[in-house]
Amino acid sequence: MLTARAFDTKVSALYKAGKIFGGVFLGRGHEAISACSAVFLTKGQDVYNPFIREQAGRCAWGDSVLESARCYFGSREGLMRGRDGNVHWGNPQEGVPAPISHLGAMASVVAGMMLAKRLRGEQGCVGVACAGDGTTSVGALHEAANFIAVQQLPVVMLITNNRYAYSTPNAQEFAAELTERGRGYGYEVHRCDGTDFFATLQTMQTAVAAARAGKPQWVVADTLRLCGHGEHDDASYIPAELKAQYADRDPLDVARRQLIDAGWLTEEEHLIWEAECRDEVQRCVAQAQKEAGPDPAAEDWSAVSWRP
Amino acid sequence: MAVTYIDAIHQALAELLAEDDAVFLMGEDIGGSFGGAFKATKGLAEKFPGRVINTPISEDAIVGAGIGAALAGMKPILEMQFADFGTLGQNQMANNAGAHFYRTGVPVNVTLRMPCGGTPGGGPFHSQSLEALFAHYPGLHVFTPATVADAYFMLKEAVRIPDPVVFMEHKFLYRWLKADTWQEENPLPVGKARIARVGKHATVVAFSAMVPEALKAAELLAQQGYDIEVIDLRSVKPLDYDTVLASLSRTARLLVVSEDFPYGGVAAEVVATVASMGLHLLDAPPLRLTSHDSPIPYHPDLWREHRPSADSIAAAAKYLISY
Repeated sequence: MLTARAFDTKVSALYKAGKIFGGVFLGRGHEAISACSAVFLTKGQDVYNPFIREQAGRCAWGDSVLESARCYFGSREGLMRGRDGNVHWGNPQEGVPAPISHLGAMASVVAGMMLAKRLRGEQGCVGVACAGDGTTSVGALHEAANFIAVQQLPVVMLITNNRYAYSTPNAQEFAAELTERGRGYGYEVHRCDGTDFFATLQTMQTAVAAARAGKPQWVVADTLRLCGHGEHDDASYIPAELKAQYADRDPLDVARRQLIDAGWLTEEEHLIWEAECRDEVQRCVAQAQKEAGPDPAAEDWSAVSWRP
Repeated sequence: MAVTYIDAIHQALAELLAEDDAVFLMGEDIGGSFGGAFKATKGLAEKFPGRVINTPISEDAIVGAGIGAALAGMKPILEMQFADFGTLGQNQMANNAGAHFYRTGVPVNVTLRMPCGGTPGGGPFHSQSLEALFAHYPGLHVFTPATVADAYFMLKEAVRIPDPVVFMEHKFLYRWLKADTWQEENPLPVGKARIARVGKHATVVAFSAMVPEALKAAELLAQQGYDIEVIDLRSVKPLDYDTVLASLSRTARLLVVSEDFPYGGVAAEVVATVASMGLHLLDAPPLRLTSHDSPIPYHPDLWREHRPSADSIAAAAKYLISY
């Protein structure tokens, strides 16, 4: 969570300095949910489908922020080699499909990956498909949700409700509770306060274990996006009163307090962690920035692997 | 015993399932004993338990799940009940499967079977030919078999090729087109067009169900002393321009026939490319003959007028020759 926040802060600054191509999408306010979305997964066995605000989850999954930095800078060393950018990176062979921009499209991809594992007789694996409140209005998500339930695939559908789909508030996106959508398709349903680190951790632990045991799970985690949709967006449409309600609910602050209250962390140790995370981010961003971008003259422009 | 185009597809599916554990089928109404809307998968669910998967009516999820399964090492063969409904799976096919290899370097081995094309009484939403719509997107191969042997051979190739393939199987040909066998001794590789009939006065380029129509038209014109060359493209992407241009160097006249709508279709693509690469070969303007730019009508009398037929192809070819 600390690494993700440090990375987001760094990328935001670089964006404002004009150093990033295209948009920048942060996970401020999402870190607890995001970290918990992947922390119970095992790379190489499970499947993880990060959404756009999932830097914390990518770290929890075990990927370095170096890959995220490479994607933003279009490094030729990166997985996407400048052919796709910002948060659109994945490593399908390790269990992370590369997301596309069309919301809801990746949930059925996760379903298919789990179906493949079932066909091969792989037991005990789980897939987590992350989506947002706005994505629950897209048909593709509903087709996938229903397919997963019908096939009883070991999938957790994690819906992060950050209150706004870009600028559109919940009330203009849906008229029923988001939990009811999952219940309607036959999922076991959970809801948690996504700013509460311990509660979210417990909810995801329960849901991931239940999905591993073979029952599809639907989790709604509530938070507020503590930034714009992208860094081009000042989020002026979020009322000041709502922002004020979340003033002391930044998930990083809540997590720090919870860990200190539990006696697992001291203020001093926390400061050391923060500094270490900042240093790691600094190192990775500096490396990605140094790496060469794609070479247009050497580009093969080939969209297929097979030719007659 | 004669075998049909759909027998060839069924045979290819059965062999693919038997030969490779990574192959499985997914689509609507294909599980159980039903065998799909056109019975292409009849008997396969019983023969290959667990590997012929029935789905809800969710074309986006069928293709999306196919992509996921392919990323996890499988070789799914997906069935759209009608090509017309392929538009509902098109986002996944185009933006997810099609874009994937370029973005990530990882090919997506999905085969999308699309029962396409018109039949009498099919109407606006069970008759369309969407080759151009899918071929438009980078990263997809689009196969359009016009013979029993190609229906068998090219479906097997579609699964062997690691990229996403849109396999356009024509519903009219399913039971109408017959041959002695689906086996061919030395099948032309995929990507090569076939000279279906040798001629010298004009070249008619066609694919899918327009190939038999073009051959009939050539017979009609032969009675009038004209010798028409007919090229079966076999795949519209990749498209074998070498064979087309070589033919034009002999005939100097081009008519492209497609059952699809005219705007931005495969016929337009072939005419545009020939005009830019081989204008010097031509003694007449390159022509195309397509369906009308209107939805496909229900009544068989309207439908026959809507799409190219042997008669309209013969008339267009005659105009071309007399130009």
